[in-house]
Parts: sequence; structure tokens; C-alpha cells
Amino acid sequence: MAAETDKPEKMVPEKMMDVSVWRGGPDGGAFEQFKAPQQESQTILDVVTYIQQNEDPSLAYRFACRVGMCGSCAMMVNGQPRWTCRTHVQKVLKDNKLEIAPLRNLPVIRDLATDMTVFFDKWTAAEASFTPTVTRDDPMAPINPAEPKRAAASEAIECINCAICYAACDAVAGNEDYLGPAALNRAWTLVNDVRDGGQKSRLDAVSAAGGCHNCHSMGNCAQFCPNELNPTASIAGLKRATVKAALGFRK
Amino acid sequence: MIRPHRSHPLWFAFILHRVSGLALALFLPLHFYVLAMALTSPEALDGFLSWTDMTIVKLAEYGLVFLLAAHFFGGLRLLALEFLPWSPRQKTLAAGAVALAFCVSTIFFLSAV
Amino acid sequence: MLDLRLYMLQRLSALILAPLVLTHIGVMIYAVQGGLSAAEILGRTQGSVTWMLFYGLFVAAVSIHAAIGVRAIAAEWFGLRGSALSGLSLAVFAVLGILGARAVYAVTAL
Repeated sequence: MAAETDKPEKMVPEKMMDVSVWRGGPDGGAFEQFKAPQQESQTILDVVTYIQQNEDPSLAYRFACRVGMCGSCAMMVNGQPRWTCRTHVQKVLKDNKLEIAPLRNLPVIRDLATDMTVFFDKWTAAEASFTPTVTRDDPMAPINPAEPKRAAASEAIECINCAICYAACDAVAGNEDYLGPAALNRAWTLVNDVRDGGQKSRLDAVSAAGGCHNCHSMGNCAQFCPNELNPTASIAGLKRATVKAALGFRK
Repeated sequence: MIRPHRSHPLWFAFILHRVSGLALALFLPLHFYVLAMALTSPEALDGFLSWTDMTIVKLAEYGLVFLLAAHFFGGLRLLALEFLPWSPRQKTLAAGAVALAFCVSTIFFLSAV
Repeated sequence: MLDLRLYMLQRLSALILAPLVLTHIGVMIYAVQGGLSAAEILGRTQGSVTWMLFYGLFVAAVSIHAAIGVRAIAAEWFGLRGSALSGLSLAVFAVLGILGARAVYAVTAL
């Protein structure tokens, strides 16, 4: 019959999941309950998309590549910060329930979309950007990738600023001035960049009241980074570098 | 109820370090106050010290020494983490710190009973 | 709420405390055997310049260390800021320093 061939997925009775989705805005909100069908190889992003397309078109959420490269779809799933496009429902479904909320530690614009401004402002405040010392007309700096400093920078450089570490960190939760794991991790890659001319200023920037010394090494950042980076180790490196500089050691 | 994203060993190590530090900071003024009784009234000090014959007090001392040892060994791990080159074995070191704290405090308890 | 200075002070006091704490635990394991009494304790410590210096340093270092530690907790878990935060930190430092100095004097002076 026409109805059956039009929607083949409706032929088999579907198991429905209970999905709690946080709805609201900057002034607060609450969890709203939805039901979504369970499917094979389904991700949390699929569930959120299903709800927005079939249950409530007013649901606001963010995504882009949907293949685990851009980091835009990061949300709290059952209390843990994750990329929703890379989180399989089967791995996190508990008692047939899911809980989806916006990333912690960031202001909410609406529903599952957070305001990332402060996250990027802290990246700037940590001076986590390159300060050149030569021009395009000068020869390229011959840097061996196996050099210890370059290796240290390379280990930390794959950050795509998804803010999962920022959401996971309890030090960020307790201190609105704390620059956070991502900004400090990026600063560390530049501390290890021998071509960079802004070292002293950067070390001062990460030594202020919101700086790297607020890290208590609890390791939530490393635990949850989808790119398997280790901001805890990077921040420990920043602590070493700032103390060495303060005590007057040459690097 | 511990929220799920915190249930990993290094987070527990952080909590143990913080809670033990806080407990010690709260205990110390009492400790200093009792010891200072040696000046004003040694009999009162002896009165306090006689409480240490009670098993429940010995158990409390066991707990206190555990907290001090845990804070100490955990603190050594943190100093190493921050001032020595990074070791990927943080979970092992954290577990080792708790194990050493347990051993030291148990030696204390066995000496006390 | 820690900047570089407070952080360095915290780590420095920790380095000073490390051998003192280890020694203290060792001494307590020794002293607690066979029960505790004022006479036994004071018999060891009274008039001893060594114990006065040892515990004097201990009190100085722990007053700084605990004050900064409590500062972090008060800021992150209890939301204290500004003068309330500084006031509490100084109060912890003062209470531990004064009571501690009194205790050291009580136990080591003749």
C-alpha cells in the first residue's frame, strides 16, 4: 500500500525513548519531556534533530559538520559534556531515558545553544595567539617537529574550541574569572613556539587572578576532551614556565 | 549523589585533597588550644590526654592521621605534577598516595592501641 | 582566586611543610605508644630549642598554607570575593599563627 512504501520505517513498531530536553533562556528554564523513537546507529544529535523536526520546531540547538570534526554540537548528555554527533544513544541510554542540556559554565542563548563569547574572550585574554617576529619576506624558521618544544606544542595543538573541557571543569564553575583549560592549553602551545615574540606578556597574562594557578589538576578536561588532549598537563607546563620566569631562570 | 562527569580517579584525588585540607584547617585551632593548656593548666591537659585512652578517640586519631598523610602524599604528587616533567601515570600515583596514607595511618593506629 | 604570588607562597610553604609533617607523623607514632601524658610530652619538649624551632617553623608554614588553601575553597565553593575573601584568609592566618605560637611556647618554654 502507498502509505507503507512512503514511510518504510513506520512498518515496524518502534521502541520510544524518554528524552528530557532543557528549554529556556538566559533567565532560566526547565526540562521538557519528549518521546523519540530508538533507531540503529543513532546518535544524540539524531535524537535532537528528530525532536526539532517532528515534535517541536522551536527547539534551538547548534550543529555543523555532524561528523565529529567541528565541535559545534557539544551539549551535556546525562550530565556529561559530549559531542552529540559522536555519542551513540546505545552507549548512554539509561533505563530508556536521556537527558540533554546546554553546555555547563556558559550563558544560555536559548534551549541547547550557549553563548560562546566569554569562552573566546578568555582565549584572547590568555594571549593564546601568535605574535610574529619576522615578515613573510624573511626565510622560514627551520623547526624540527621532533624537537622537544615543538613536540610539546604539537601534542596540544589539535584543539577545535568545542568548550567541552570548559563545561567539564569545576574550577571554571567556581570562578568566573578563571581562563579555563582550552585558553590555557592554547597558550601553552605558543609558550612552546620558538618563533613567537610575545612570551613575557603571555606568561603575565596567564599569571593573573584568573590564570593557570587556579587549576587544581582535577583532570575533568583531559577526561572529556574528544580530541584526547590533556589541558591538565599543559597547565602544569604553564605553571612551571611562570615560576621559572618569576625566579629569573632563562628558558 | 555524585554527578556522572566527576566520577574519575583524579577528581576523587582532588576532592580528597581539598576535604582533608579543610578538615585539618578546622582541627588545628583545637589542637593548638589543647596543647597551650600546658601553660595555663597542665592538669586540664592531662584530663584531655586521658581521653586518648578511649578506643573511639584512638579511631578518631586514626582518621586524622589518615587525612594528614593523604594530604601529604597527595600533595607530593601535586608538587611532582607541577614542578617535574609530566608523568602519564597520574592515576597510579594518586592510588599510591592513598595506599601510603592508609599504611602510615594504620601503623599509627597499631601503635596507639 | 590564586595569582602567581599566592600560588608560589602556597607551594613554598608546602615544600617547607613536607619534611616537618613526615617527622611529626613519625614522632607521633613513637609518642603514642604506651599512652599519652602531659608529663611525658613536656619532658621531651620543654626547654628544647630544637623543638621550639621545629614547631615554630611548622606553625608559620601551616598558617600560610592553610590560609591560602581555605581562600581557594571559600572562593570556589562559597562564592566569597573581594574584602570578605581577603578578610577570611587573613583571619585564618592570624588564628592559626597566634594559637600556634601560643602552643609552641606552652610546650617548649621552660
